[in-house]
Amino acid sequence: MIRDITIGQYYPADSVIHRLDPRVKLLGTLIYIISLFAFHNIASYLIAGLFLAVIIHLSKVPFSYIVKGLKPILFLLLFTVMFNLFLTPGQEFVRVGFIKITLEGIKTAGFMAVRLIFLIIGSSLMTFTTTPNHLTDGLEKGMGPLRKIHVPVHEIAMMMSIALRFIPILLEETDKIMKAQSARGADFETGGLIKKAKSLIPLLVPLFVSAFRRANDLAMAMEARCYRGGEGRTKMKPLAYKKRDWIAYLCFIVYWTLLILAAKIN
Amino acid sequence: MSIILDHVNYIYSQGTAYEKHALQDINLKIEDGEFIGLIGHTGSGKSTLIQHLNGLMKATEGCIYYNGQDIYDSDYNLKELRSKVGLVFQYPEHQLFETSIIKDVKFGPSNLGLPALEVDLRAYEALKQVGIGEDMIDLSPFELSGGQKRRVAIAGVLAMKPEVLILDEPTAGLDPKGRDEILNLVSSLHKENKITVILVSHSMEDVANYVERLIVMDHGKIMFDNEPKKVFTHYKALEQIGLAAPQVTYVMNRLKECGQSVNTEPTTVDEACEEIIRWAKKKGILLT
Amino acid sequence: MGIIKAKDLIFEYIRRDEEGNVEGINRAVNNVNLDIEKGQFVAILGHNGSGKSTLAKHINAILSPTEGTLWVDGMDTGKEENLWNIRQTAGMVFQNPDNQIIANVVEEDVGFGPENLGVPTEEIWERVENSLKAVGMYEYRTHSPNKLSGGQKQRVAIAGIMAMKPECIVLDEPTAMLDPNGRKEVIKTIRELNQTEKVTVLLITHYMEEVIDADKVIVMDKGKIVMQGAPREIFSQVDELKKYRLDVPQVTLLAYELRKKGLPIPPGILSVDELVTKLNEL
Repeated sequence: MIRDITIGQYYPADSVIHRLDPRVKLLGTLIYIISLFAFHNIASYLIAGLFLAVIIHLSKVPFSYIVKGLKPILFLLLFTVMFNLFLTPGQEFVRVGFIKITLEGIKTAGFMAVRLIFLIIGSSLMTFTTTPNHLTDGLEKGMGPLRKIHVPVHEIAMMMSIALRFIPILLEETDKIMKAQSARGADFETGGLIKKAKSLIPLLVPLFVSAFRRANDLAMAMEARCYRGGEGRTKMKPLAYKKRDWIAYLCFIVYWTLLILAAKIN
Repeated sequence: MSIILDHVNYIYSQGTAYEKHALQDINLKIEDGEFIGLIGHTGSGKSTLIQHLNGLMKATEGCIYYNGQDIYDSDYNLKELRSKVGLVFQYPEHQLFETSIIKDVKFGPSNLGLPALEVDLRAYEALKQVGIGEDMIDLSPFELSGGQKRRVAIAGVLAMKPEVLILDEPTAGLDPKGRDEILNLVSSLHKENKITVILVSHSMEDVANYVERLIVMDHGKIMFDNEPKKVFTHYKALEQIGLAAPQVTYVMNRLKECGQSVNTEPTTVDEACEEIIRWAKKKGILLT
Repeated sequence: MGIIKAKDLIFEYIRRDEEGNVEGINRAVNNVNLDIEKGQFVAILGHNGSGKSTLAKHINAILSPTEGTLWVDGMDTGKEENLWNIRQTAGMVFQNPDNQIIANVVEEDVGFGPENLGVPTEEIWERVENSLKAVGMYEYRTHSPNKLSGGQKQRVAIAGIMAMKPECIVLDEPTAMLDPNGRKEVIKTIRELNQTEKVTVLLITHYMEEVIDADKVIVMDKGKIVMQGAPREIFSQVDELKKYRLDVPQVTLLAYELRKKGLPIPPGILSVDELVTKLNEL
């Protein structure tokens, strides 16, 4: 059920992409996403697609696994495509009853779909190849300068890391409570909106109680292990750029240059 | 009345890398009024099995009949089945959610759509059965001690008037006194209310003391299904799958190995005591 | 002075109503005196609510005494400035294995304590490796804690404490949520650490069979220490234990019953082997 969602879940493998510094991957993903919105001509999409294909290949994450991750957003994708397909004004292509499909509509819908798919794959590649801890480490270090303007960078990173640790536990717990209440005749499926919302109370109350209990326990366990914020902490896995990270940055510069060139030629 | 499992198979996440054959060709008949113990180490499939009995999980293959009716028939009322086969999960106190004890216990029966008066009656009766006094019923369940919370949670299932009561490790995390209270409660429900009980447990001592029939599971299969005494004679096979017999069974077997003429059947302290005294008298250590 | 010493320790939970008025006072630890020697394996028994967990939380300075004093390695736990040194000296393992693992990878979790102490990176790696090997979880170092069994998770939690190089480990019902195999594996780990690493162990539990190997057993009831002594002494007093809502291992109970019926066997039998030997000698 809920556990089948693969989007954003770490895929363990030993690849050059896995070994990259998380800061590179974070910044790289950002650059890639911006590129998808900054350039929209066929050539740029081709370059973006090719670039993505190369990274997928290098990452050793099976393509089928990545496609599976797209499933949950299928609805969103269809919706966007439909929306663009039917509502873009322009030259008529076909007409079925009152529905008019325009050439421009097909074009935007197609671009939209490609852009969305690239976006999702691009960003999920980051999470596929980076452990949540590595990711938060990257965020912590990458956002380090923000500390000067009193952003609690370490705390934010710690919160994210703990959230990631407890999401699967709480999902499992949700499953368990749902079953336990179903065994008492609870019905989570049928009925109108209000009835459905009401039926969630027996699920949500125990879930919150449990989450608070866990939070309390965890806080105590952390204090017992001498946790007192980011001050004076050392790192087991400190981040340091290696040669491959600089090469990766270079690749992004080349990628961006190619896009600009493609746009110019167009 | 009975529950029959006919060639039941269950496979988790079929077709993925996590595929697991959790139940393999289970054939089982549970008669009315039995007191059954279900043991097996973690991951042996016992939790999966009990969730099939009230229709929370659906077999990948095979059929389950409750009182002769196929529960997978499209017109079978699964909700009614869940009220007839009450399932108390591990740490059941974690599902309490209402603002008062009595309201929480009413949750089950009111889901069955019973008249308000009947719901009240059942809730009061269930709380009485588990030994929660009337002076407490308006308290918040979150104010109770661990053992009390658990009894309230069990009352929540009892209020549905189940014919079969399944308890998944009802004593986990309780201290010895709390454990005895729960087990005595379960035992009296079986004796006085004639409820069929299936007790999932990790404690060999507990099952030896209470149950009449013992089912041992391993790797999704039923390995033994017999009287506890008979099952515990296979203590060596039990050890191989990470289980054991009660300590006193070991005492008797070791004595026998040392050449003493004792019966190795005892599985409870009382039985073992009686047998050793008999042996001592026969040997002339104790005067008759 | 021992590694842990309590003098007239009292702790009161104060319950307040919504306006903050005192509704009731609950004395969870009542006048406890305690002296635990370095290197000992001490077990504290008691039913739920007997005050044993409250006492444990004092040793780690999670709670501080209402009255009286508790010293950990000579440091007064009531003094704020000792806090972090105390927590490093006396590490604590809790009941729920899920709620005390912080990181998403086993080795990173074990490194969490040393990171907080400001240990240099290289030494963290060394400590993590040693502690994981000591609890037998080294081959799981890159695993996610979510995929481990309960017993394995508890061993990781113990390694997390060991990596802080404590003098003493306090385990607050570490096996209460585990299955029998998990329980055995955790107890075995604790015993090994006590014997090979010479770490002082304070095990809080209500499973009697876990304490038969302890150097000393302390029984608590209503916040007080009501019995203390070697396991054999404690377990020979079956009726007394029952009074405190505790029970004894099945074989001890059998020996006790046989003795009552007149068989000449010594009191306080702790294991199957012992009883069989004694019976054979008759």
